[in-house]
Amino acid sequence: MGIAGIVILLTLGIVSIIAIIAIPIETFQEWNNPSNWIENPKVAIPIWINIFLSEKIPEHKILNEPNIKKITSEEIELISHQFGLNFDYVDFPNDFIYEFSSEYSGNPLLQMSVIRPDGVKLNLLTTALPYSNEKTVHSERIFSTEQAIKKNLSLQSENFEFEFKRLSAEDIVFSKTHVNEPLKGDYIFLIDLYGINSENRIYESKLIVGGKAFGIMGTDELRRDLAIGLLWGTPLALFIGLAVSIASVVAGLLYGVYAGYKGKKTDEVMMRFNDVIYALPALPFLIILSVTISNSIFVMVGFLMVFGWVGIAKVSRSMSLQIKTRGYVDAANMMGQKDSKIILKHIVPQLLPYAFASIAISVPAAITTEAGLSFLGLGDPTFPTWGQILHDANTFGAAARGMWWWIMPPGVMIAITGLAFVFIGNALDAIINPKLKR
Amino acid sequence: MKKYVATRIITMFGVLMITLLITIALVGSNMDTILKQGIVFQVRSEITENPSIAESFSSVEEFEGFIQTQINQRIQILGLDEPWYSPQRIGVTMYKIILLDFGHATFLTSDEGSSDVKDILFEKLPRTVLLFTTATIIISIIGIFLGAFSSSKVGSGIDRITSSFAIISSSFPVWWIGMLMIFLFAFTWQVFPPRATPDIPSSDPEYIGSLLYHMALPLITIVMIGFGSWAYLVRNFMVGIMQEDFIIAKKTIGITQKKIIYTHALKNAAPPIVTILALSLSGSLGGAIITEAVFDWPGMGRLYFEAITVMDLPVIIGATYLLTVFFLISIFIADLLYGYFDPRVRTDN
Repeated sequence: MGIAGIVILLTLGIVSIIAIIAIPIETFQEWNNPSNWIENPKVAIPIWINIFLSEKIPEHKILNEPNIKKITSEEIELISHQFGLNFDYVDFPNDFIYEFSSEYSGNPLLQMSVIRPDGVKLNLLTTALPYSNEKTVHSERIFSTEQAIKKNLSLQSENFEFEFKRLSAEDIVFSKTHVNEPLKGDYIFLIDLYGINSENRIYESKLIVGGKAFGIMGTDELRRDLAIGLLWGTPLALFIGLAVSIASVVAGLLYGVYAGYKGKKTDEVMMRFNDVIYALPALPFLIILSVTISNSIFVMVGFLMVFGWVGIAKVSRSMSLQIKTRGYVDAANMMGQKDSKIILKHIVPQLLPYAFASIAISVPAAITTEAGLSFLGLGDPTFPTWGQILHDANTFGAAARGMWWWIMPPGVMIAITGLAFVFIGNALDAIINPKLKR
Repeated sequence: MKKYVATRIITMFGVLMITLLITIALVGSNMDTILKQGIVFQVRSEITENPSIAESFSSVEEFEGFIQTQINQRIQILGLDEPWYSPQRIGVTMYKIILLDFGHATFLTSDEGSSDVKDILFEKLPRTVLLFTTATIIISIIGIFLGAFSSSKVGSGIDRITSSFAIISSSFPVWWIGMLMIFLFAFTWQVFPPRATPDIPSSDPEYIGSLLYHMALPLITIVMIGFGSWAYLVRNFMVGIMQEDFIIAKKTIGITQKKIIYTHALKNAAPPIVTILALSLSGSLGGAIITEAVFDWPGMGRLYFEAITVMDLPVIIGATYLLTVFFLISIFIADLLYGYFDPRVRTDN
């Protein structure tokens, strides 16, 4: 069991390293910035779900490597970006968006059209970029919901045998001609820029075909890629868990041992103080502290430590009461060694196995408490922890809307992380208390 | 014995007072700021509602001065002119608390509309007792018997399943399992209602049935996550005791395994079990803030959370007081029971 714990922990460690190396730190700092996620679909299901389905859910596709052609004839120059798209689903896409930046001068003409698998070419949009005398850069997003596209399509309605009235542009573009059903096959989207100046160019050209499936973990209501949140949650959870448990075990151990070793008045006073902290209702106080003082993740770690050391102090006090009666401690005492040296050299080493077991066992509690506070909306908004993902899931009613991919993974991650430490802790515990093993 | 009880009660009282002082220290200043802002808002809105007051002033300065004196007067009436840490204010607050007078809530009210803190607390407490104390009792009963049973068959299939279930269930947050249960049993298969608050008035004769029906899902969740670790604890106590000499002696005499476990061993495992039971019963009175939030259960936990988010000091103090008192009393009772069950820990002086 202990080995299983170590294996899980190592895996989590590797995941954290991957997260820190592979995902740039800027991405997760932009977690709460909606404009950073605008290319992603809303509430998309994980992509791998399609493996189990016979009727595939349309995938969200971000095409950013067009075929670029340049044709110059006489005075007019044409830059053409072509996006090939293999559409193989039984559902229409949600929408499509063309996003670009263009550097030009004058008044170039942008034309967007699509060649369908059945050979029909539909003209979607013809628009002139804003006039400029000098060289200028213009960025724009063309949405499929644009009125002009709808208008252009209705001018070409002779290709289709059904009424367009209420249909949106993507339902027409991706439809069979005789009935309004998705047409599978290869589509080519053409973006042509006609200009007189030969130095016009289009860059950052992207075609986004909105689908209902995206990424390994799907996305949430705010279009955020959950895979990134879950990956970044791992190092954060490990940091919180380990920092809180190590610090509180060390503090509790030293406090308890000192109180037990000193005895008498010191012991009495220190234990009464311990009683006060022990009697404080921990979670309400944590909530009060995070509301009134700060909800920064580092401050929160400190608050969790304040409530973490109490139990350990009690146990290590009673253990040190036993140990200090042993002969070798007396001997050290008589030799005139300093208290601090006796405590650190002779008593604390005896308690180390217990300390390691308590560190492992108190990690899950720290992680779940932090997750719980984040779940209540009191977490640090600049760090996407698992608890915060669950908080968002709860506020957007993920359960009611059947969005299992938003609820399941964060909780499973919390549980797995907790489990790893419980396994290790129990294995250590069995070594310390051989009676339980039998 | 008398001296022991007396010192314990004095210590408990001291702990309680310090706890409340810490609460006041943490919430006090924020609470004052909020109240002062409220007064300014109140004065300004009264004046805008009543244009004749504004017309009776000739200059803007005079008018502003009038508003300021109005605000200061009200601040003085409420005693907010002195900071929260002034001895006078803390003294008055603590004196009232000792007399069990929690005053009136600043923002929150009970369902009947009373703003008396006592009314609010005694409205929420029974609901929490109904859900969490019931759950704790069920958990402990299942846990004790399962633990005793698996300790009689150490290493058997049942023992292994119990132990691993205990370990696995203890690392899941209850509220997350709650979310999953709501997702599965309230929305995917619509067996139970997603919100735990009954939607019919409490005067309706069907209210109790409806309440129990709404209670089912949170109760199942709490029991499911809780009993494993209880069983594991009891098992570990029992395994320790089963290796003691007197049990081995009883075995050699020929007393049946069943009798040994359920009478002799269980009685010897009683002290720690009773301690944990007392602590978890008193702990259950505070509800669980997060679990109540997930299931929307209108108990102490939700009250606490709401009071903290709006900084309603009287309610926070009242709830903290109640919980700390229950907690201290249960520690005390647990200690006494420990001495009763295990004469070895009794001290005569």
